[in-house]
Amino acid sequence: MFRSKAFSLLKPIPLMSGQPNLAYKFIHPAIASHGHRCHRRGVDYRQRYKTCPGSAGGQTISAPQTKVMAEEELPGVLVLDIGGTHGVLENVAALLKKHFRLITMKEFLENKKEMSKKIQSVFVFEGRPTIDQELLESLPNLKVIGNSGVGVDHLDLKMISNFGVKVTNTPHAVADPTADIGVALMLASARRLVEGCQVAVSPDTKYFAVDWLGVEVTRATLGIIGMGSIGYRVAQRARAFDMRILYHNRNRRKEEEEAVGAHYCEKMEDLLQQSDFVMLVVNLTPETHKLIGKKELGLMKPTAILINISRGAVIDQDALVEALQSKVIRAAALDVTHPEPLPRDHPLLKLNNIIITPHIGTATVQATRMMAEEAIANMLAVLSGQPIPNHRRRRATWAFGKLNRWHTRSTAWPHGVPEETFLPHYHEGIS
Amino acid sequence: MWYHKPVINEELLQSLPNLKIVASSGVGIDHLDLNLLSSYGVKASNTPFVVSTDTADLGMALVLASSRRLMAVSPDTEYFPADWLGAEVSGATLGVVGMGTIGYKVAERAKAFEMKILYHNRNQRNKEEESAVGAIYCKKIDDLLQQSDFVLLSVNLTPQTHKLIGKKELELMKPTATLINISRGLVVDQDALVEALQNKVIKAAALDVTYPEPLPRDHPLLKLKNVIITPHIGSATKKTRRLMMENMTESIQAGLAGLPIPNEVF
Repeated sequence: MFRSKAFSLLKPIPLMSGQPNLAYKFIHPAIASHGHRCHRRGVDYRQRYKTCPGSAGGQTISAPQTKVMAEEELPGVLVLDIGGTHGVLENVAALLKKHFRLITMKEFLENKKEMSKKIQSVFVFEGRPTIDQELLESLPNLKVIGNSGVGVDHLDLKMISNFGVKVTNTPHAVADPTADIGVALMLASARRLVEGCQVAVSPDTKYFAVDWLGVEVTRATLGIIGMGSIGYRVAQRARAFDMRILYHNRNRRKEEEEAVGAHYCEKMEDLLQQSDFVMLVVNLTPETHKLIGKKELGLMKPTAILINISRGAVIDQDALVEALQSKVIRAAALDVTHPEPLPRDHPLLKLNNIIITPHIGTATVQATRMMAEEAIANMLAVLSGQPIPNHRRRRATWAFGKLNRWHTRSTAWPHGVPEETFLPHYHEGIS
Repeated sequence: MWYHKPVINEELLQSLPNLKIVASSGVGIDHLDLNLLSSYGVKASNTPFVVSTDTADLGMALVLASSRRLMAVSPDTEYFPADWLGAEVSGATLGVVGMGTIGYKVAERAKAFEMKILYHNRNQRNKEEESAVGAIYCKKIDDLLQQSDFVLLSVNLTPQTHKLIGKKELELMKPTATLINISRGLVVDQDALVEALQNKVIKAAALDVTYPEPLPRDHPLLKLKNVIITPHIGSATKKTRRLMMENMTESIQAGLAGLPIPNEVF
């Protein structure tokens, strides 16, 4: 029995002669950490992948041929491209190649007949490739779409489910960096960092005006709309700034409230009227589409700042333009817009009481790698027909979506749940 | 005295025979010649504590803005390239040089971002204070410089801290490190900093303070892409400025009444 002390998510093991299938040892981290004993002879959780129709199944393979066969036997994963403007990053491609045969859209389109059967999974990065009816019809062996990132609003979950294909996302990897960006935007807009930088470097600046002021963050009131995994981490950070924290959520979260000293606002209106900073951390669903419109903006304080790290369509963008122009609210800071990027003549780009960042909530070296690792683990689990621990038992409804609840390396859960990372994660789009 | 003006020199002091007190806004007093003032029998005061939270907030804002590259957005954008990446703050190491009131508040904030915190100070803080923010003392500044991903300067400017960070110190820093200055421009050897940034000896810098302020418009720091400069806005919020003025008024009133002066500096 193989047991590894080091945390190693996936280890390819050499083929034993006589076995045409490639076996992978999937060391389930929860199992590894809990010291689960394997009761079967040989390797834990051996996964078998279907061989390609053209391969020599059932024959004895000699050693030198083993490695070559192994590569071809890997399940195919479709990506848009490697590198370039919209392709997966090189290091992510390398991670994918360890467990999959990487097929780019170009390769697929050039050789549809052969490639279409090999593709069992699609790795969606920054919403690409687009998953439409045509693509799904041309991939008969597709089992899973592994999305990099937590939002799946760009996927037609119903259509995908009709093809018997599962969708997975990566809620664990995105939580910390997105919370960091939320607070970064709050600080930057409150203290007018972007404007300040422009003053500091402008060729016209002769002196720094003494009446150039921003607003305080410490001890101000932060209203978090959507207290999910990310929203909670925002609250943890805001607490260090001595902020008064209000939150609105479909369901109340009593334990988490106590941990960060947050106050529940059953009615969103109450939160809007009292907050100096309103931060949107919901996922995009039909219920949250244009959640913040003219009425909601009107309820906010005229000195308030709106921060959006969820999805552009959660805000009625035209109403926001009007509100910012008429000083109905003080300012806004958006990591997300609709579309992305905005057309270059969009009125939002001309305002000076707005900060817009190019959807960089998870744009860090570490997060990109972690999202890829989480997505890979998800896809492999689906392909191996692996039972997903905690999938059913720990479903929790957060904010406006249904997400499984995975515990993280931080002390996010005060009731002391053991750390489990990179557990394969399903997103059930159809409820 | 607001933003170091009017400048207090011999001529001015000679022409104001009844001058009792100079109340200076902000906590820094490096612009005051205290010996000169005391030779004329004039007292001086500053506003130390009210500025600390805002300055700490700005310090944290600069750490986040520089690590996540908030300022690097351009109007020429057609698409957002997928390889445009920042570095995570969570789990990174913050080295606080000068753990006074402001430095300590920065550490309190950084802790919530799960940053590892090192600090260098003239004196070590007591155990409770250290463990409250999880800060580890570095008796030698070199140790802090070598291990930090973000080096934040929150010392006051004195002859001892003048050019505290020079060529040697910058070279000790990691090539992936960012220097954050919320203290005074002269704490950093600015020419050495320009060179270090140009040669990628360190990754980036974020400066709320420079010398002079503002920098001459042709200064190399203004041209570098890996620098964020803000116009000395550490305490620039409405509430804090108001509190500063209230403090100064109290000091002046006490000074004129011959009473003990709050926030007097010697």
